[in-house]
Amino acid sequence: MKAAVIVFPGSNCDRDVAVALEASMGSKPLMVWHRDTQLPDLDLIVVPGGFSYGDYLRCGAMAAHSPIMREVKAKAEKGTRVLGICNGFQILTETGLLPGVLMRNRNLKFICKDVYLRVENAGTDFTAKHKLGDVVRYPIAHAEGNYFVEPETFRAMEGQGQVAFRYCSKSGEVSDAVNPNGALSNVAGVYNDKKTVLGLMPHPERLAEDLLGGKDGKAMFDSLVEALS
Amino acid sequence: MTKISPDVIAQHGIKPDEYAKILEIMGREPNLTELGIFSVMWSEHCSYKSSKKWLKTLPTKAPWVICGPGENAGIIDIGDGQAIVFKMESHNHPSFIEPYQGAATGVGGILRDVFTMGARPIANMNALRFGDPSHPKTRHLVAGVVAGIGGYGNCVGVPTVGGETNFHPSYNGNILVNAMTVGLADKDKIFYSAAAGIGNPVVYFGSKTGRDGIHGATMASAEFDEKSEEKRPTVQVGDPFTEKLLIEACLELMATDVIVAIQDMGAAGLTSSSFEMASKGGLGIEMDLDTVPMREEGMSAYEIMLSESQERMLMVLKPGPEAEAKAKAIMDKWELDFAVVGVLTDTGRMVLKRHGEVVADLPIDPLALASPEYDRPWTAPVKRPVVEAKDVELVCPAEALKTLVACPDLASKRWIYSQYDHMVMGDTVGRPGGDAALVRIHGTDKAVGITTDVTPRYVLADPYEGGRQAVAEAYRNLSAVGALPMAITDNLNFGNPEKPEIMGQIVEAIRGMGQACKELDFPVVSGNVSLYNETQGAAILPTPAVGGVGLLEDVGKSATVPFKSAGSSIVLIGETKGWLGSSLYLREICKREDGAPPPVALHRERRAGELVRQLIGDGLVQACHDVSDGGLLVAVAEMSMASEGHIGAQLDAPSNLPLHAWCFGEDQGRYILEVSDNDLASVLEEAVEHDTTVRVIGKTGGHVISVGGRAVPVHELAEANEGWLPAYMGEEMSGH
Repeated sequence: MKAAVIVFPGSNCDRDVAVALEASMGSKPLMVWHRDTQLPDLDLIVVPGGFSYGDYLRCGAMAAHSPIMREVKAKAEKGTRVLGICNGFQILTETGLLPGVLMRNRNLKFICKDVYLRVENAGTDFTAKHKLGDVVRYPIAHAEGNYFVEPETFRAMEGQGQVAFRYCSKSGEVSDAVNPNGALSNVAGVYNDKKTVLGLMPHPERLAEDLLGGKDGKAMFDSLVEALS
Repeated sequence: MTKISPDVIAQHGIKPDEYAKILEIMGREPNLTELGIFSVMWSEHCSYKSSKKWLKTLPTKAPWVICGPGENAGIIDIGDGQAIVFKMESHNHPSFIEPYQGAATGVGGILRDVFTMGARPIANMNALRFGDPSHPKTRHLVAGVVAGIGGYGNCVGVPTVGGETNFHPSYNGNILVNAMTVGLADKDKIFYSAAAGIGNPVVYFGSKTGRDGIHGATMASAEFDEKSEEKRPTVQVGDPFTEKLLIEACLELMATDVIVAIQDMGAAGLTSSSFEMASKGGLGIEMDLDTVPMREEGMSAYEIMLSESQERMLMVLKPGPEAEAKAKAIMDKWELDFAVVGVLTDTGRMVLKRHGEVVADLPIDPLALASPEYDRPWTAPVKRPVVEAKDVELVCPAEALKTLVACPDLASKRWIYSQYDHMVMGDTVGRPGGDAALVRIHGTDKAVGITTDVTPRYVLADPYEGGRQAVAEAYRNLSAVGALPMAITDNLNFGNPEKPEIMGQIVEAIRGMGQACKELDFPVVSGNVSLYNETQGAAILPTPAVGGVGLLEDVGKSATVPFKSAGSSIVLIGETKGWLGSSLYLREICKREDGAPPPVALHRERRAGELVRQLIGDGLVQACHDVSDGGLLVAVAEMSMASEGHIGAQLDAPSNLPLHAWCFGEDQGRYILEVSDNDLASVLEEAVEHDTTVRVIGKTGGHVISVGGRAVPVHELAEANEGWLPAYMGEEMSGH
C-alpha cells in the first residue's frame, strides 16, 4: 500500500498517524506539505488531526481551500481512499467530500477521553477486520465534533450504509448517555456514498499499541493494508 | 517629553534608593524609555532581588545535570545522547485578572523557554490553586484557567499530561497558575542565549509587536488592591497557532548551523531578551527599533521595548548573507515575521534608535548584573504544637472516607484533564490521574515520569518541613511509577517579601527544599519565583511548587494505581505513627487547620523509594500508589476506585493505634503495593533487606472497602469522588 499524510501548518497528529501507518504497512507514508499541488499515485490519503490553520474561523474552513486539498479532492473523485481523522474529518466535510457539518460539542468544551464505538458498516476497506456491531475503543480529542446533517440526507445516508461508527456503551448500546458531543444519532464517523472516503472524530492512531492502553485502532490500518495492497 | 518626577518613578515601581543607583549608573537623569527599561529589568519578576540570596543555596549539581538554573530551562542527561529540558513558571497575576488569556499565555511562555534551548516540547503539566469553592469568583476562574490551558496546549499539539489542583480561601484574591513544560533534545544540539561575534546580526522573528502586556512584569511584582482589575490591559493575548509555527520553525532552523544564540521574548519582552543575550556574551547591541515588525502604527520606543506581545524570539545569526537567507527561507515557509533589528557591538552598551535618533543608551552589565539584591529581614516561623490523636475527634472511618474523597482537594480532577489533549504525540503511557505522568521518549523504550507537588498547608504550618515534604513527595510520586527521580524545577509562590514573616517562610522553605534535594540526589535545575501574591494585605498559603522529572529505562516496567485483581495482598511500605496534625482529616472532618505537619525522614524516604523502584523493576508489583493527602485509607480507596470493576479491599487495622490515626494519619515516606500471593515472600524479603518497615495490611476483593468493622461500597466512593467537580461546575457527569 502507498499512503500519504497531508501536513498543514497546524496539523499535530501527522506524526502519530504516520507511526501507526508504518506499524501496519511496514514502510513510511509520504508526508505532503499543504502548499504542494501534486500527489503521486497513491492508495490512501490521510488528512490528520490538529488545527490546520489555527482554526480561528470555522474548523477546517481555510484548509478546505488550500492548494493541496484541490488535488486531494481530485484524487478522491477518481477513487483514491481518503481517511480524515478529527480535524481531517472537519476538513473533508468543508471540502464537500463528506456530507454534514461538525458543530461545537454540546457542553461547549474540548473533550479528551476514550470512547466506545459500534462498527455500523463492516464491509468497507476501512473495516475489513471487523464484523458488523463490533465494539471498539478509540480516544476522542475535540471541541467541535457534534455531527449534524439534514434529516433527509441522513435517511439516505443510513439507507446506503454511510454511517461508519456510532458512539456506544462498552457493551454496544447506543444511547444519549454515551453520546459525548451531541452528535446526531450518535454518529462518530461517516462515509461518502462509494465508501471510499471515511471521516471520523475519534483517533484510531492513538490506540494502536498495547503500551498506550490498547490497539483497537490498529485494526483500521491493518484493514486498509489488507484491502489496498 | 515626560518629566522624570518622583510620581513617574513610583509608577514604575522603582524605590527611591533604586533610583539613586540608576542615577549613579547612568551618570545623568534617564529618559522615560530608559526608566521603563530599568523598571522591568529590576522588577522582582525579572531580577529575583528578594530571593536571589537564598536561591543560591539550593543544590544544583549532579553528574547528570547538563545545565542548571540561569538559562531558559534546566537540562539533564538521560543517556543515549539525549537530554531532557524542563522548567516550571508562574502566570498568577495575569490569570486572576483575565483567566483564559492569563493561563494560555502562561503555557505559551513556558513552552518557549524549552524550545528556545533546542528541545521539542513533549509534555505539559500544571499546578493550580484556586480560592474557596464558595467564593463568588472561583467557578469563573476555574472555568477560564482550564479553558485557557487547554485552548493553548491542545492547539500547539503538546500533551498536557497531569498536574494538581487545590482550593483554599487564602487564594481567593490570588490564584496560582504554574505551568511546566518538558522537552526532548539531542545532547549535542542545545542552544544557549549568550551572544557572540561582534558585527553579527541580531534577528527578530515570530509575531509582530503590539501594545499588549506593557508592564506585565511590573504588575507581577506588586500586591493586588481593589483596583487590580483595571490592570486587564497589561495581560497579553496568546496565539497558539503562531506558537506551533514558531516551534516547528525554530526546530527546523536549529537543525541548520546558522544560529549563534537564541532567546525567547518573555516577561519584559525585547528588553530582557536583548539585555540577557548581550550581558551573557559580554557585548553590546545597537538596535534600530524602526525595523521591529509592529502590529500598530506610531509605537514609541518605550512601548516597543516594554511590550509583552507573545510568540516572539530574538537570535544572533552567524555573519554573512547565506546564514540570513537560510534563516529567512525557513521563516517564510512557516509564514513568520523576520527582521534584522540590530548588530552586536563591543561597547557593552545598549543603544536604541527610533526615527534615526538615539532614544536610549544604557550600559548593559550594570543594569543586568547589578540589579538590586536584598537581604530582607525575616523572622523564623513559630513552631506549632504536635496534635495527639487522642485529642482528635473519632468519626466512623467509612463516613469520614466518603467525605474525604469528595472534598475539593481530593475529588477527581477528570473534569479538568478531560479538557486537555493528553494523548497527542502518541507517547503518553501514564495518563493523568496517576502518581506521575509517564511519557515515552519517542522511538525508544525509555520514558520520563513527571509530577508536580507541594502541600501548602504543611508549608504554612512549618515552612522548613513543608519545603522538605514538597521535594520528598515529588521523589515518591516518581518512584511510585518506577521512575528514577533525576531533578526538579521549582516555582516559589509566596506573599509580600517585605513582610518579615513572609520572608521567613521563603527562607525556611528554601532551606527545607535544599536539604531534601541534597539528601535525595534530586537537584534543582531551573525555577521561577512569584512574590507579592497578596490582596489587601492577606497572603496566600506559602506554595513552593515542585516539578519533578524521573527516568524509566524500560517503559514496560512501570506501575500504575488501580488494583488489578481480587485476592492479592495489600502491602504498606513505610512507618505509620498516625500523624494527624495539619492533615486533611483534621481540616475536612474536624474543621481544624492546626498542628505541626508530618516530619519527613529523608534517609527512610530514600530507602523506601529505592525499594519500591526495585520491586517494580523486578515485576513484583501489581499496583502501586504513594500515601499522601488523606492518608492510608484514601490511598487504598483511590486504588479501588480506579480499578476495573471497582475491586474492594479488606483491611486489618493494628490494635496499637487509634483507628482514625491509622486510617487518616499523613505520615510521610509510605507506599501501598498490590502484590500477588506468589510474590509476597520476595517482596517482604526485599523490604527487610532495604531496612524498610513493611506490613501486610489486607487483601483485595469484593466491592467494598472495610476497616475496623465498618464498610463502604467502592461505587459510592467513586460517585462521590467523580461527582464533586462536575456538580460544582454546574454540569452533569457525562457518560462513561
